[in-house]
Amino acid sequence: MKFAIALFAPSHAPSSRRALRFAQAALDGGHEIVRLFFYQDGVHSASANVVSPQDELDLAGEWRDFVQQRQLDAVVCIAAALRRGVLNAEEAQRYGRPAANLDAPWELSGLGQLHEAAQVADRLVCFGGQ
Amino acid sequence: MSKSMLIISRQAPWAGPAAREALDIALAGGAFDLPLGLLFLDDGVFQLVAGQQPAALQQKDLGANLQALPMFGVEELYVSSRSLAERGLDAAQLVLPAQPLDDTALTLLLDRFDQVVTI
Repeated sequence: MKFAIALFAPSHAPSSRRALRFAQAALDGGHEIVRLFFYQDGVHSASANVVSPQDELDLAGEWRDFVQQRQLDAVVCIAAALRRGVLNAEEAQRYGRPAANLDAPWELSGLGQLHEAAQVADRLVCFGGQ
Repeated sequence: MSKSMLIISRQAPWAGPAAREALDIALAGGAFDLPLGLLFLDDGVFQLVAGQQPAALQQKDLGANLQALPMFGVEELYVSSRSLAERGLDAAQLVLPAQPLDDTALTLLLDRFDQVVTI
């Protein structure tokens, strides 16, 4: 089955961990993930600047490793990210901000990517909605 | 045939960016001519109240954006009559012609859409 996965929660929220475990289980079960789409506070789950205490789960790091290793299409909503200070180098420069905290493997793009993924996938599964 | 999506908007317009972000999903989908519905549920029904003064909170008015929905091809607008009643609101006084639905009709509505996104 083809899944599109949307995440609306930051890396310190339980639903971010659930989304990651679901995504891992989906791939391990032989399914396909057409796209990850991080929206609302979910953009924080993609931040490269999250530092977890050493004896705690580093979920943002796990997300990054997962996306890289599985070579997933991983999109962070640009409007939601800018609003929350999650910027790649290009956006940091564009808006004159001193630092970027989003890097490969994430791509900043618009909500059209969510709709496209929902069209291609058999199921859109959302985590962290209210 | 395109898959349909129901967006359920559950947050008040003054409760952070959630209301706007739910609306943005609808507007983006409308721009692609996708079959969409938008349901206002729980505190989300406060988005439909007329005569709000968001400037007092240094906020922008969401109402103008909501009224753009039909222009973007999003014409299936629904509101939970239970959520309205619980908050003392009248379906006849809303800024959008959203169709009031009781709980049974809401269940049928959810069944009818391929995808559901709740924000």
